[in-house]
Amino acid sequence: MHKDRRSFLKVSAAAGGGMMIGFNFFACKAESKIPDFIAPDLQIPEKWNKLNGFLSIGENGVVTIMSPNPEIGQNVKTAMPMIVAEELDADWDRVIVEQAGLDTENYTRQIAGGSGSIRESWKELRETGAKARYMLLSAASAKLGVPMEELTTEKGKIYHKATDTVIDYGEVATAAASVEVPEEVALKDPKDFTLIGSNVRNVDGFNIVQGKPLFGLDVMEEGMKIAMIAHPPAFGMKIKTLDDSAAKAMSGISDVIRINVEPEGWNPQWSDVNAYPEVVAVVGESTWQVMKAKKALKIEWEKESELESSLDHEATMREALSTGKGEVARTDGDPDAAFAKAHQVIEKSYSAPFLAHNTMEPMNFYANVTADRAELKGPIQTPMFLEGTLAGVLGMPKENISIMMTRMGGGFGRRLYGHFGTEAALISKAVKAPVKLVYTREDDMTQGTYRPAYMTTYKAGLDKEGNLTALQIKGAGLPGSPLWADRYPAGTVDNYQATNFSLNTNISTGAWRAPKSNFIAVAEQSFLDEVAEAAGKDPIDFRLELFDRAKNNPVGEKNDYDAERYAGVIELVKEKSGWGSNKPGVHRGFSAYYCHSTYVAQVLDVVVKDGQPKVEKVYCAVDCGIVVNPEGARNQLEGGIVDGIGHFMYSALSFKDGVPQESNFDKYRLIRHEEAPEAIEIFFVDNGIDPTGLGEPSLPPIGAALANALYKATGTRLYNQPFIKEEGLLG
Amino acid sequence: MAQYNLKINGVERQVDVDADTPILWVLRDSLNLVGTKYGCGIAQCGACTIHINGKAVRSCSLPIGAAEGKEITTIEGLSADASHPVQQAWIEHDVPQCGYCQAGQIMSASALLSENKNPSDQQISDAMNGNICRCGTYTRIKAAIKTAAKHS
Repeated sequence: MHKDRRSFLKVSAAAGGGMMIGFNFFACKAESKIPDFIAPDLQIPEKWNKLNGFLSIGENGVVTIMSPNPEIGQNVKTAMPMIVAEELDADWDRVIVEQAGLDTENYTRQIAGGSGSIRESWKELRETGAKARYMLLSAASAKLGVPMEELTTEKGKIYHKATDTVIDYGEVATAAASVEVPEEVALKDPKDFTLIGSNVRNVDGFNIVQGKPLFGLDVMEEGMKIAMIAHPPAFGMKIKTLDDSAAKAMSGISDVIRINVEPEGWNPQWSDVNAYPEVVAVVGESTWQVMKAKKALKIEWEKESELESSLDHEATMREALSTGKGEVARTDGDPDAAFAKAHQVIEKSYSAPFLAHNTMEPMNFYANVTADRAELKGPIQTPMFLEGTLAGVLGMPKENISIMMTRMGGGFGRRLYGHFGTEAALISKAVKAPVKLVYTREDDMTQGTYRPAYMTTYKAGLDKEGNLTALQIKGAGLPGSPLWADRYPAGTVDNYQATNFSLNTNISTGAWRAPKSNFIAVAEQSFLDEVAEAAGKDPIDFRLELFDRAKNNPVGEKNDYDAERYAGVIELVKEKSGWGSNKPGVHRGFSAYYCHSTYVAQVLDVVVKDGQPKVEKVYCAVDCGIVVNPEGARNQLEGGIVDGIGHFMYSALSFKDGVPQESNFDKYRLIRHEEAPEAIEIFFVDNGIDPTGLGEPSLPPIGAALANALYKATGTRLYNQPFIKEEGLLG
Repeated sequence: MAQYNLKINGVERQVDVDADTPILWVLRDSLNLVGTKYGCGIAQCGACTIHINGKAVRSCSLPIGAAEGKEITTIEGLSADASHPVQQAWIEHDVPQCGYCQAGQIMSASALLSENKNPSDQQISDAMNGNICRCGTYTRIKAAIKTAAKHS
């Protein structure tokens, strides 16, 4: 197998300084002075000794650790190498981190998705470091003529205490490289971790603040042309005719072509979501020239399927929930009988619109396709799937395709679906030149793989004492259904039913930060708040009572959560936020949720300033097992909270006759500085369990914490997102 | 196409572009100064923020002619080695997640601090509201600006 790495090395070098160094966050000295954080002068070794696919050690002891997974801002480029370095006992100040390209021989799961990078690779990364350490020890043992068991390691050095001998890893790296890789090797007791659990700065931070070319959009190559696409203006339309005469005559324009990423007989993979397989591509010298030429295209579009509108979407979902026959996913007990007997029945519906991903870096990709090779570079969360698609579309063996992942200006699920990579490849092939395909913001926002639109109806039955005796959930999605039938509150209610209503749409949808959960949590936790009030109980106590039931006497056997850990984060945030104490002028909302194997509980405080609600503070308790990099973890969780508040409060993508009504940030509202919480405090549960997801779990519950706090502030319950459009909000 | 003389990061540069070309694309395509980012093209997101005569300006919506004869500073010219107090504070607070918007955030913040050494919370918001961060790093950005203010 031959993979061309030359181009990739060029990108690294172009990244200015070339090196990506980790800094110990609290290595700084006096607090009054901004620390001198600039990288220690690492001498780059002349010869590297490759110990495995992840690790090379130079003769001077400098270690290069490859970061295998795509970096979309979740900071795995810092955290994954930290795990390798921990078991290697490397000196983090002498570690260089390098982004790997797609390499299916050396790496197993090069995906940024499902908050899975750390939890799926935890064991593999640890073993990688531990095996390399074993090889170094084996080489040192031979060199010193002492048994391996007498050797210890610390910060890149090997110690033989009895003879007071110290060897740097670099001194035995060459010998270690030829030691046979051990089959099995002992891993550290997590109690002995020194690097894991310490605050390590983002390895790219130094380059980011200097504007170094790290992103796909920054790729510049010799002879490279700029390409842009024009796609149909409405879902349900396709190209009929193209008049490119005006565009072609414009300065700097070399080609206008039609491309189709789904050739005849093409068998799409899950990642090939794309509403517009055929698009027009404009190719030229500079971005601005191509942008102008794109506007000069005269394209006639034709309707090929229904042109949908948001008002119809809402009606379709409402009708399905009230009269449709869904697919029952789970039934416990006899819900109908229980509702008939209930002292009180509460029924509420919740809805949310389509959402665009709006990564700050629009979709783009670089491709250079020749007769027998394809070299691609760009922002992609699923390089292995893009490779498969390219092999099919280009009719080229995978061995001849190379994909380098650049740092990504956000992912959030959008870059799981790599049609833009395929488009770049087809354009390059057609014009016989390297090209960088660039989407305008409008192209990006109006050709999405959007978060589906959802509507859910919750119905609860309470007995005289305020106990929850029945719960019915009906979830409708365009498409998909927003419910996890076996998750909480399943298992806590004797009479329970969950029913799916998946509806059809021709609008392309896909995973968006915490898929499904990003709606379920808001509806479920808002509803439980209202039910607790109807039951005359404190909202936290009400939920803890349900968890007592799940712990002691669960209903059903297939309950997909750990009630102890769930209740644990709730108790933690209750304590840390001082829940129950009266804070004048502060309106508090509570919410808790479980997804990506992580438990989150939040308390959100709203104050009213000049008639406007303002989020003053968020308390967030998290059980994600071992926290690899606490500072990075806090950043992720804070980001999920801010991102969540923003989308639940302000954001929506609406449609009229198939046309997205918001196509840029003048109409599509994203949260801005002033609207972010004044403060966020994160509390981790320390339990030594293997790590779980972090990039997504703090987002879903915050919508309900916000809605429940706003209810306290305004007396109005919020059922439909974005909340800003609901009547009853202040101001 | 026409010739323009620009002063960027203290260096005289000459470019030959269409008269309506926004400074953003001159920087990125003609001069390979790609630290200034494209985000929206309509001055709504702030990713393309640069300084013109010390003031924060959205370069995506400013035609090249408007910048002739003025001092243009981009993220690459803010300091040679990330030593500007705002860059230092950004690192101290480990602000970036994806990092794409941060050059624009830093340019807005540094323009604010050059005019107002000790901005209030409201003044920080007013200066920074035009810069979107989808990763949600706003609370860290605000903390970093306060740290930078102490050291400016």
